[in-house]
Amino acid sequence: MTGTGEAVGFWILGTLMVVAALGLVFVRKAVHAALCMAFVMINLGVLYVMEQAEFLGIVQIFVYTGAVMMLFLFVLMLVGIDSSDSIVETIKGQRVAGYVLGLGLAVVMFLALGSITLPATKGLEAVNNPADGGGNISGVAFLVFGKYVWAFELTSALLITAAIGAMVLAHRQRLTEKLSQREWSQRRVRENTYVAGLPAPGVYARHNAVDTPALLPDGTPSELSVSRVLVSRDQVATPITFHAAEQAIEAEIEDGSAR
Amino acid sequence: MHTLTNGLGAYAGPVALAGEGPVTAVTASGITAYAWLLVALPALGAAILLVGGKRTNAFGPLLATLLSWGSFVVGLLVVISMAGRADADRAAHLHLFSWINVGSFNLDAGQRLDPLSMAFVLLITFVGSLIHVYSLGYMKDDPDKRKFFAYLNLFVAAMLLLVTADSYLLLYVGWEGVGLASWLLIGFWNDNPAYATAANKAFIANRVGDLGLSVAIMIMFFQFGHVDFASVDAGAANASPGALTAMGLFLLLGACGKSAQFPLQSWLGDAMAGPTPVSALIHAATMVTAGVYLVVRSHAIFEGSPTAQLVVVIVGAITLLFGAVVGCAKDDMKKALAASTMSQIGYMMLAAGLGPVGYVFAIFHLLTHGFFKAGMFLGAGSVMHGMNDQVNMRRFGGLRTVMTITWATFMMGWLAILGVPPFAGYWSKDKIIEAAFIGEGWRPWVFGLAALIGAGITAFYMSRLFFMTFHGKKRWTEDIHHPHESPLTMTIPMMVLAFGSVVLGAILGFGQTSLLQSWLNPVFGITAGTEGEPVLPANLLLGLTLVLVLAGAGLAWVRYVRDVVPEIAPHGNLVTQAARNDLYQDAVNEGALMRPGIHLTRSLVFTDTRGIDGAASGLGALVIGASTRLRKLQNGYVRSYALTMLAGVVIILGAVWVMQ
Amino acid sequence: MSLSHYIYLATILFSIGAVTVLLRRNAIIVFMGVELMLNATNLAFVTFARVHGTLDGQVIALFVMVVAAAEVVVGLAIIMAIFRARRSASVDSANLMKL
Repeated sequence: MTGTGEAVGFWILGTLMVVAALGLVFVRKAVHAALCMAFVMINLGVLYVMEQAEFLGIVQIFVYTGAVMMLFLFVLMLVGIDSSDSIVETIKGQRVAGYVLGLGLAVVMFLALGSITLPATKGLEAVNNPADGGGNISGVAFLVFGKYVWAFELTSALLITAAIGAMVLAHRQRLTEKLSQREWSQRRVRENTYVAGLPAPGVYARHNAVDTPALLPDGTPSELSVSRVLVSRDQVATPITFHAAEQAIEAEIEDGSAR
Repeated sequence: MHTLTNGLGAYAGPVALAGEGPVTAVTASGITAYAWLLVALPALGAAILLVGGKRTNAFGPLLATLLSWGSFVVGLLVVISMAGRADADRAAHLHLFSWINVGSFNLDAGQRLDPLSMAFVLLITFVGSLIHVYSLGYMKDDPDKRKFFAYLNLFVAAMLLLVTADSYLLLYVGWEGVGLASWLLIGFWNDNPAYATAANKAFIANRVGDLGLSVAIMIMFFQFGHVDFASVDAGAANASPGALTAMGLFLLLGACGKSAQFPLQSWLGDAMAGPTPVSALIHAATMVTAGVYLVVRSHAIFEGSPTAQLVVVIVGAITLLFGAVVGCAKDDMKKALAASTMSQIGYMMLAAGLGPVGYVFAIFHLLTHGFFKAGMFLGAGSVMHGMNDQVNMRRFGGLRTVMTITWATFMMGWLAILGVPPFAGYWSKDKIIEAAFIGEGWRPWVFGLAALIGAGITAFYMSRLFFMTFHGKKRWTEDIHHPHESPLTMTIPMMVLAFGSVVLGAILGFGQTSLLQSWLNPVFGITAGTEGEPVLPANLLLGLTLVLVLAGAGLAWVRYVRDVVPEIAPHGNLVTQAARNDLYQDAVNEGALMRPGIHLTRSLVFTDTRGIDGAASGLGALVIGASTRLRKLQNGYVRSYALTMLAGVVIILGAVWVMQ
Repeated sequence: MSLSHYIYLATILFSIGAVTVLLRRNAIIVFMGVELMLNATNLAFVTFARVHGTLDGQVIALFVMVVAAAEVVVGLAIIMAIFRARRSASVDSANLMKL
């Protein structure tokens, strides 16, 4: 049994955590999912501290929220946004089956938990506050560098391997010589496409950011003049508003000259 | 060299009196502790040559030869140290490593170095090394010379493992090793499909025998819980006769496969497809005698089962006549020699089946036969070398003048196999004939007469071979102009083996208690004087044998020297035709095994297409329909697979919960 | 409040993580689902440590974190590699594993 303070904390944090975790399933944008995840992790850290695992709680917040989630966000930034963010299901029956099975898993585990009784809680007070001083961190340290030192050493090997593995995976072998500016221009001329280079973004009197497409001679916006990533993110400013105003002025001038 | 220490060592060792049964082995020490080199040296050679590839082309064959000789030197040193010990201490056991350790079954790999295995070791390494030397000349121009020597070394290593193993299981490893080497070497020129088929035939026939050996080992394990020689020998004393008979018969099946004994003999003739040095080493001197070794090594089992012993004798008698008859009709020089080998091993088998009276003579004949038959095979190789690789004896003749050394050495072998005193065969084969006449009831008469008649036929066909090849008129084919004598690398081994054919018998067999008998005494524990007397006087038997041999040789002289030998084989009578076709062994195999098998499969196919396929096709269509739907499950989407996994987890957890 | 409540919370989080893995197509979010499942087990470990009154559970949770960190590094690198090859971070676009 635990104290009232802990119970209150548990119910508030637990509820929030479940809601935030559900966000992982339901929010559309990956960034939002990552934020939900970060929220769950911070709350978990707090729960750890409540459960007399101070060291683990701090590590949870530092390592998970601080490092791992940032790594996630970083990769998210690199990868960008594409149609996979959509939560419309493409595999037939997957959504229903997923819900049913998730619920089934929870139910089965609940049933299993219901059929057992946990032994009487011993609590960590004695271990965390030994008579000869020290605390949770010292206790964990004694275990890590004592009983579990071999596993600890092995994790170092694992981490090094993982680091090297990530480097190998992320490394891209350049198959050909990198083209110089001169060679790029030669190639453009030879292939006779975009001889003058791709069109630059549009420059308007009221807006000259990279997300504004340039206008072709017939007045339509040029897709080529803006970054593909921005197009797929739907973050391209339409020039129509500016264009429309301009056309109105031109029409007025024409009207005036006609009068 | 027989110093006091050796004498004292005898008293310090375990006390076992000769005549009271086989002595227990002492732990190897001194040079004997290095006996593993026997196997390791040639195995190393094979490994270097095979792994090293073309880089070893230049020095490989020489290296292989040297390593083989090295193995011989080790064997010789072990024998010398063994001879320096008293009888009781001769058998040594060398523990190599703990091999199989499963539950209550513990098997160590080790070597049993007793007079019997060392006799084999000397034969294998000496003859094997000589044949290595011979091959240096014989295979000089072969592009795959390196591979040939690698296989030869592999064979020597496997054969030595076979004879020095201390358990049936380790023996089995060597047994399979020699089978592999034999297969590789018979099919060495496997670009010729017929040769490749011959190799496969030998391998498959051997498989039948190997199955017998493995079943025998399984029975041993079932009966005794051990498969090492010492435990099996000890267990055989108390085992039931039924079990011993089963073991003995399956061991005999194994021996028949390896030694080309009836009814598994058909492969040996075709095995002559291999290069001649191979025929000399593997298919005359060593590997094919492994069956005899197996029977003699398992003497404790056979002595416990008179039935198995009788079957061994019968098999030996049938094979010795069979081989002799086939040998009379073959015009292919190597095949005639192969038939002769089969027949001579029949003699050994017969002797081995006679019990304690015959063991020594079986081994004795095996050793002398190893020399003179290998020598004759090398002679045949030399003839082929000079005659554009022809083997048809009807197109030879008159080679005596152009190949004097080959002729002379071959003649030594010829006289030895005929059993003319004082050549080697006289000492060993006549003893077997004499031993075959020992006994009571019908047996000595049947087996003794078979051995006696076999000797006469042997004399005929070997003389026929000798005369047709070296004497008479020249009947050479047009493309032969100047046959030449072979180079020294080939003739020296032939001379050494010929020398052995002359003196080996006298050295090993002279006297009341011969050298070989006293050497092998610790293994079998035979008390002198228990052999019994033959049913006919020994001198009469000797005389009869010599008369029959002279008659056979004389008949051959009349037919193949005095008369003209036709260049194309005459049609011949029914017996000749049957003998030419190996007494229809292949046909019998086909009729008894292959045809019924084919008919069985045909009828099965018929039942299958009509009866079962109707149901099966319907079922198949059902399955196809179902799997077309099922296969949609495998849609390549990782998430679907994850879904399946989770479903499994939920179902299992649910099942566990329900069970509780 | 009994400590088993923590375990119940852990099972709920675990199930939500599993559903995330099943339903989301963005590989990065799938990965987050995996992380959520790992964290749920960690919560169970920490709770059991408290029940048994030893720190072993906490140490094991620590090791789980280390392994998870290694896994994240490699996994994200794989996602990057797939993204480079297929121009998409969707787990459905890597669907060659079929008949």
